[in-house]
Amino acid sequence: MAIWLTKDSKLIVQGMTGSEGSKHTRRMLAAGTNVVGGVNPRKAGTSVEFDGASVPVFGTVADAMARTGADVSVIFVPPAFTRAAVVEAIDAGIGLAVVITEGVPVHDTAAFWAHAVATGNRTRIIGPNCPGIASPGASNAGIIPADIAGSGRIGLVSKSGTLTYQMMYELRDIGFSTAVGIGGDPIIGTTHIAALAAFQDDPETEAIVMIGEIGGDAEERAAEFIRANVTKPVVGYIAGFTAPPGKTMGHAGAIISGSSGTAEAKKVALEAAGVKVGKTPSETARLMREVMG
Amino acid sequence: MDLYEYQGRDVFEKHGLPVLAGGVAETPDEARAIAERLGRVVVKAQVKVGGRGKAGGIKLAETPDEAFEKAGQILGMDIKGHTVGKVMLAETADIAEEYYFSYLLDRANRTFLCIASVAGGMDIEQVAAETPQRVAKVAIDAIKGVDRAKAQEIVQLAQFPAGVADQVADIAVRLWDAFVAEDATLVEVNPLAKIADGRVLCLDAKVTLDDNAGFRHVDHEALEDKSAVDPLEQAAKAKDLNYVKLDGEVGIIGNGAGLVMSTLDVVAYAGTRFGGVKPANFLDIGGGASAEVMANGLEIVLSDPSVKSVFVNVFGGITACDAVANGIINAFALLESRGETVTKPLVVRLDGNNAEAGRAILDGANNPLVERVDTMDGAAMRAAELAAGM
Repeated sequence: MAIWLTKDSKLIVQGMTGSEGSKHTRRMLAAGTNVVGGVNPRKAGTSVEFDGASVPVFGTVADAMARTGADVSVIFVPPAFTRAAVVEAIDAGIGLAVVITEGVPVHDTAAFWAHAVATGNRTRIIGPNCPGIASPGASNAGIIPADIAGSGRIGLVSKSGTLTYQMMYELRDIGFSTAVGIGGDPIIGTTHIAALAAFQDDPETEAIVMIGEIGGDAEERAAEFIRANVTKPVVGYIAGFTAPPGKTMGHAGAIISGSSGTAEAKKVALEAAGVKVGKTPSETARLMREVMG
Repeated sequence: MDLYEYQGRDVFEKHGLPVLAGGVAETPDEARAIAERLGRVVVKAQVKVGGRGKAGGIKLAETPDEAFEKAGQILGMDIKGHTVGKVMLAETADIAEEYYFSYLLDRANRTFLCIASVAGGMDIEQVAAETPQRVAKVAIDAIKGVDRAKAQEIVQLAQFPAGVADQVADIAVRLWDAFVAEDATLVEVNPLAKIADGRVLCLDAKVTLDDNAGFRHVDHEALEDKSAVDPLEQAAKAKDLNYVKLDGEVGIIGNGAGLVMSTLDVVAYAGTRFGGVKPANFLDIGGGASAEVMANGLEIVLSDPSVKSVFVNVFGGITACDAVANGIINAFALLESRGETVTKPLVVRLDGNNAEAGRAILDGANNPLVERVDTMDGAAMRAAELAAGM
């Protein structure tokens, strides 16, 4: 089954005609992904050739959805246009919007998230600043290299792109139901918790690996969620144990989070919730092998 | 980017917030000149860290000569590891009451938050910990923002006295406008003070700007304090490299922030077995590790005199490992052509896309300084060993 992205998913790419967008559309198609269209108001009515596949370009997300039945949009537009692109996808009522763009101002992310909430949360947003989501062997929405690992029984959720790849590589013999890169920006659409909940409910996923980084308290909140709701085994990895403390400023941050945001604090919280936490990616992979028997 | 108080004060003034007249000085003479204009002044150390009052970084000066003297005492002072290079001189105010007011990012709720309290001043953290009911936290909708009605709601929830309610509400609206207009992730006023004549003024300004929004704020670049940045970090920035100088001996180059952070950890763990050697830097060369980017990265890392060995840790995702291996080999040639001779050993770990081809290229180059180790843990161990042995 996988979560959120399956072989039946029909993808459009906002920003498909740009350099990043076209490069990765080609890779998504090569991985067997059903890319049914691109969106660019200035190139509507044209089409783009990718190694024999001809992908039509539509003027709007709504038009692309009406004409193709698309239910997923992958967004590669530049940071200055990301807010408008995501709002357009939300207004068109698409089910999943995967925002790859890096460098989006946080006020813009807060604004499109507020818009999603105000309109009833019909669109699941992944990202921004993320590698996307891949259900190996079925569909690939974003920039996760499709050939690292095949389909299997592990669900993966990660803040970091390259650590996603590293962990998929370490566990490539077991394989993955779905790997979700949620991104490391201060505000993100899909959190560790949402992915953990979906993996818990996914019959194909037997165990979950969760990768976090220093900063914020998302991992601590995920630990609480795991304690209360997740019965499948979870193995964790946190990067940044030896990172020097970042410059904090003012009192506001400490007042709100109530957590130091350190790797150690996250590890302690996860272990208290029964999650085995590896000190390195390879140790984390070993722990995963242990829990899977 | 965190701003200095004087820069924050300027931002506040630009957006119509009530602040006291002030100026910034880098020498006692400049401080005297400002005091001649302003009269009785407070001399405040400009550091991007809290607790400067308790550290003796804020002093009162009655006369220009005293401003000269106090500035001389504060300039060059060390406050929690930050050397004071500038002082701000501001008019004095007769403070009657101290409040606290801020807007910031609320990561957990994916929106913004207002924090306000009538118990402001130096001990706000203690107030928040011990009497949380005295600190109002109000969620702000990112689209609706703070209008007059929202401002009045904040004033009421934080229980500001009736006598200052209108002024505080006005400040709440203007401060929100500044927060949005400047793409800030934090604006904090502590204290927001009621002074003897009844006016409410912003007596401090902490502002953090969103670096991602730089493209729509051409004026923000000028706010960056280039003198405070490490010279290697500055050189790296000029080459668009994401580099942070640390205090160890093993130079680190990798692709992707998460993997590089993880590499620092693995090297630090390995270092405990080799006399406590540590990572010398964080350097993320990003997804496309071309020869030029690799050469630029190597150049920065190798020019750090404390580096004894270098660990290049690349997971080939989008960029294939053979391209990365060629990048490393060509980087040596490029550095030679720039007149730099590489003498420090490199440990290279390549995994992922086309790893076998990449490893073959490294082996074929037969460079005695380049050692190939195929696991992250093993390569970290070897790099630490080389750094300890040098």
